[in-house]
Amino acid sequence: MKTIFNIIGPVMVGPSSSHTAGAARIGLAARAIVGGQPSRAVITLYGSFATTYAGHGTDLALIAGLLGMEPDDERIPDARRLAVESGLDVGFKIAEDSPDVHPNTAKLELEGPRGTTRTVVGSSVGGGSILITRIDHFKVDFSGESHAIVASYRDQPGIIAKITSLLATEDVNIASMRVSREAKHARALAIIEVDQPVSDEARALISRISGVDEVMALPPVSSD
Amino acid sequence: MAIITLAELVEDASRLGVSIGAIVRAREAEQSGRAEDDLNSDMQERLGVMRSAVSCGLRGVRSRSGLTGGDGPRMAAARLKVSTICGEPLDSAMAYALAVAEVNASMGRIVAAPTAGSCGVLPGVLLSVGERLCVDDSALVEALFTAGGVGAVIERSSTLSGAAAGCQAECGSAAAMAAAAAVQLAGGSPGTCSHAVALAFKGLLGLVCDPVAGLVEVPCVKRNATSVGLRLLLQTWLLPGSEASFLQMRS
Repeated sequence: MKTIFNIIGPVMVGPSSSHTAGAARIGLAARAIVGGQPSRAVITLYGSFATTYAGHGTDLALIAGLLGMEPDDERIPDARRLAVESGLDVGFKIAEDSPDVHPNTAKLELEGPRGTTRTVVGSSVGGGSILITRIDHFKVDFSGESHAIVASYRDQPGIIAKITSLLATEDVNIASMRVSREAKHARALAIIEVDQPVSDEARALISRISGVDEVMALPPVSSD
Repeated sequence: MAIITLAELVEDASRLGVSIGAIVRAREAEQSGRAEDDLNSDMQERLGVMRSAVSCGLRGVRSRSGLTGGDGPRMAAARLKVSTICGEPLDSAMAYALAVAEVNASMGRIVAAPTAGSCGVLPGVLLSVGERLCVDDSALVEALFTAGGVGAVIERSSTLSGAAAGCQAECGSAAAMAAAAAVQLAGGSPGTCSHAVALAFKGLLGLVCDPVAGLVEVPCVKRNATSVGLRLLLQTWLLPGSEASFLQMRS
């Protein structure tokens, strides 16, 4: 939903809503997906991110997001030093050519707090809005503007029905849903954007459904 | 926020005898379910960020690339020492607009209004005109709602993205938004505000986005100041009663 505060706003650290504010949000979303502060990140920049990142502070904003900073955090210019202090080891790669990706795209290969590894691909699609387009091998499509549940499971009949009925008993309303799988009966991923936050208990109940491997409850990446 | 045309905003405001900003705020409250007082405090906070950015820029900043910085304080010092050709409020407006745009380029904190690249125009115009006319913050807040409403109409009928439509969509839109806001501050009617929007676009239509090295610095920073100049010229032009031949913004 459009609000007037996206026209007079957002409040942000410059210089570019797409190359700086959007980059910070991609970092924040990736941090949530890997389950907290990563210890290691290899970030590949594509398209316009690759050619103009230095002047726009795209690298600093991505690191800042991984450290949990919002797009209006005045510490963003110091992100590299703060990363060293908080034990986040970051490396950057510049993609030579970028076929088939949005011009402002970053791939973040992350090692999470409990040794989990995740690859997250996100694009900054204008005005500071973002789209997360890949998690590991799965194509996804979510904006981070709502609460979301990301569940990985073994592809079989009935899993989605069990997850959604559990959400219904918790009075959580589904805004959008996308399901994909590596192959028939192989690993599958559901991204469910919801209107209400999902409680720790509900997340635990979903993760106990037979066939479900892992469940993440992601908070929204603030839109302002 | 459901805003479709500028004509519709002008009509509602004129009928109820209120400003465009008051209509915009009421619609935002209706759609978001938030109280108007809350919306006012949010907007007041943004006004505060604009002021802080002006002060920060006037103390002097430098961008990471080294391409921009220092023009804000230079302009601010000149307005006090030498007798400039245009005088106030233009001198202060330019100093403030440069200051804020330079803060943005140096990775400082600003309000994108409507975008980061054009963030100097609204604070430049509003704060200088506000000082000149001695208006209080509640009037500036209401003027920001007016500016926001104009921006929402532009976004709905075309775009606010410089990458998509050139700088006319960023500094052009910012100048149009600031034009409506400043005419309102000076006591102009909602109808006059809409003529200011139309005239601002007549002045800046076709402005391309072709920044040096792809960075939001050259010509962006200085273009914030020239947009401010155009805007103040419009006010001088409109308040005696001139009108733009009307450009209806419809989707």
